[in-house]
Amino acid sequence: MKRQLAAAASIAVLGLSLTACSGGSSSGDGGGDTGTITYAIWDENQKPAMEQIAQTFEAENPGAKVEIQLTPNSQYWTKLQTAMSGGNGPDVMWMNGPQFGLYASEGQLAPLEDTGLDKANYPSSLTDLYTFDGKLYGAPKDFDTVALWYNKDLLKKAGVDVPTTWAEMQSAAKKLTTGDVKGFAAANYTQENVYDVIAQAGGEVISADHKTSGYGSPQALEGVNYLLSFIKDGSSPTAQQMVDTLPEDQFMAGKVAMIYMASYEALPFSQSSVAKSIDVAPLPEGPAGNQSVIHGLANVANAKSKHLTLAKKFAAYASGEEASKLQADTGTVIPAYNGTQDAWVKSMPQYDLQVHLDAVDGSVPYPISLRRSEWSQLEKDALPQIWAKPETAEAGLKQLGADMQAKLDAENE
Amino acid sequence: MSQASIQASLDSPLSPAASGTADGALRSARRGGGAAHRAPLKAGSASPNGRKGAKAPGQSAWWALLFVGPTGIGLAIFYLWPALRTFYLSFTHTGAFGGSSWVGLENYQKLLSNPALGQALANTAIYTLISLLGIPLAMVVAALLNTKGLKGRGIYRTLYFLPVVTMPAAVAIVWRMIYNGDYGVLNQFLGLFGAHGTSWLTNPNTALVAIAVVGIWAGLGQNVVIFLAGLQGVPAEMLEAAELDGAGPVRRFIHMVIPMISPSVFFVSVMSIIGSLQVFDLVFVMMGQNNPAMPSVKTVVYLFYEAGFINHDQGTAAAIAFVLLILILVMTVLQFAMQKKWVHYE
Repeated sequence: MKRQLAAAASIAVLGLSLTACSGGSSSGDGGGDTGTITYAIWDENQKPAMEQIAQTFEAENPGAKVEIQLTPNSQYWTKLQTAMSGGNGPDVMWMNGPQFGLYASEGQLAPLEDTGLDKANYPSSLTDLYTFDGKLYGAPKDFDTVALWYNKDLLKKAGVDVPTTWAEMQSAAKKLTTGDVKGFAAANYTQENVYDVIAQAGGEVISADHKTSGYGSPQALEGVNYLLSFIKDGSSPTAQQMVDTLPEDQFMAGKVAMIYMASYEALPFSQSSVAKSIDVAPLPEGPAGNQSVIHGLANVANAKSKHLTLAKKFAAYASGEEASKLQADTGTVIPAYNGTQDAWVKSMPQYDLQVHLDAVDGSVPYPISLRRSEWSQLEKDALPQIWAKPETAEAGLKQLGADMQAKLDAENE
Repeated sequence: MSQASIQASLDSPLSPAASGTADGALRSARRGGGAAHRAPLKAGSASPNGRKGAKAPGQSAWWALLFVGPTGIGLAIFYLWPALRTFYLSFTHTGAFGGSSWVGLENYQKLLSNPALGQALANTAIYTLISLLGIPLAMVVAALLNTKGLKGRGIYRTLYFLPVVTMPAAVAIVWRMIYNGDYGVLNQFLGLFGAHGTSWLTNPNTALVAIAVVGIWAGLGQNVVIFLAGLQGVPAEMLEAAELDGAGPVRRFIHMVIPMISPSVFFVSVMSIIGSLQVFDLVFVMMGQNNPAMPSVKTVVYLFYEAGFINHDQGTAAAIAFVLLILILVMTVLQFAMQKKWVHYE
């Protein structure tokens, strides 16, 4: 009996101490310039740069403390949505184009107009991306454009010049395909491939007013058929092979000679086994040009933050000049702040990274709408089917266009 | 339940074991540790004593409450309340960040007319059927591990249990390498026999089976441990007697061991079916992005994930969760009804 009593007592004490712990963590002050704010990010590679930014911010703002929360991308959005609906979201967080419309339209974010943020310091396609109802909610943090990465050694061996048009691309890919090496990885990646080629064919994924889907258009079909031509003639790995082994991994293993890739992949490429054999060139030109999609992340502040003033201040600071330079030096991403991008180009002098900066001119905005993630799912369902059966492209794209239109109509009701 | 078991022990006072091992355990737990070994004697003597024994628990009910309390509170906060909330949400339109309006049965009507639900139910059913094969497999492994004089038994047990405590993401990465169509170990192995494999995870005909195999593998260790515990309760004298009577090892296993560990088999099958009906993480991490075989592996919980976190339609997600709950309830009740025919608590 005595033993039972002791056990019960210790359990009770344990329970008390646990509640004590959870009670002690909240430290409130009205929302001035002091206190601890949390900063949610998803990229492990960028964590060191974010930590430096947090430290310099703390040094400039005595009494402020920034805690970084790293969540892998695959769980980031589910976790954020749950935390935000429970009122426990981070004070400052990374935001991307696809999710921005939802968070802004549901009143989850605070406008950053009064933080001294100047739109003129950022590419207009990025400030447009994060403007909702005429107000800027996101401080552009970085951006990425798409370019043609190629394996110099393989091109030289096959006696092929760097292609500059779709037709050259198709014949180069055929010549480069020998043994277990394929010429070009024509994956169904949206940002890197599908959106770009649709623009290059003169089409659009979504109209400028975000009300009409362009997937059913002949231009969309032309762009997609261009990508599928590589799969049909065997100069690209099949859709299945690119699920089993990701296209970028095949490129980094020297199994694929050419790939369209966004600038954030430059750093991993520079650390791969083909690092010394590769370089980068502008995207080959289609009927309507060689447009690249531009997309970038932004720092946003939680409208329900307990330290809202500080949160907004940090969101603007983390996208400011000083922070952008810190980011650029690590080579992870191209900073959005104008004039700091050169540091990124110089971070990997062995590659012609200027190509990625030049691609900003004439770039097309990343397609978004308020409920973007809903039709993202339609794309994720439809495109792999089209890629697995290229002959179904026309019917598949028509259907995707109609399904997406239904979502857009519902969202504009 | 408690009334019945007390009654049972009174009805057959001379053979306490007759009331079943589970009931027996309950009984001795209620009587408290000290009383347990005296219980058979007491129960054998007379009913007044038995009543006295039954009264004692009334006093210690407070103790029981104190011990059950922490778990009970956790259960209420983390399971019961969310379940009630979900039930309520299934009758509402709820946006991504809350804020709901009552819509009655609309979510259920939309859901039941959605062909995706039928496909997901079929996929889940196939997955569940395949993963049930894990039960006989676990039984055989447990029986082999229970062999007398087996050397390094601890090592084997650890090896079999390892997948249970491994992170699902790590499991997925390794198995994705095994199933890879071009460079996979499985296809290289098949190549030794001149057979051509496929790209197991992107072929709509094989993807679900491939995932179920990983599910069986990952859950094997847990089931083996439960069966091993059951096997240890099989009296060796009985098996020896049967051996002397001329029963071979296979016959002894099928006609004696399996009936004797049938409570374990029942427990494992109930848990396996519940776990299989709820499968999501394996599908999510194994299939990856852009997989053309996705339509043939989307399970009910995957549908729930899409509704709640992709389409931000929490009302429909809640309705899916309740359809699944009812399904699990029906399956479990069915199993409990059927167990009377084949589970022996002796």
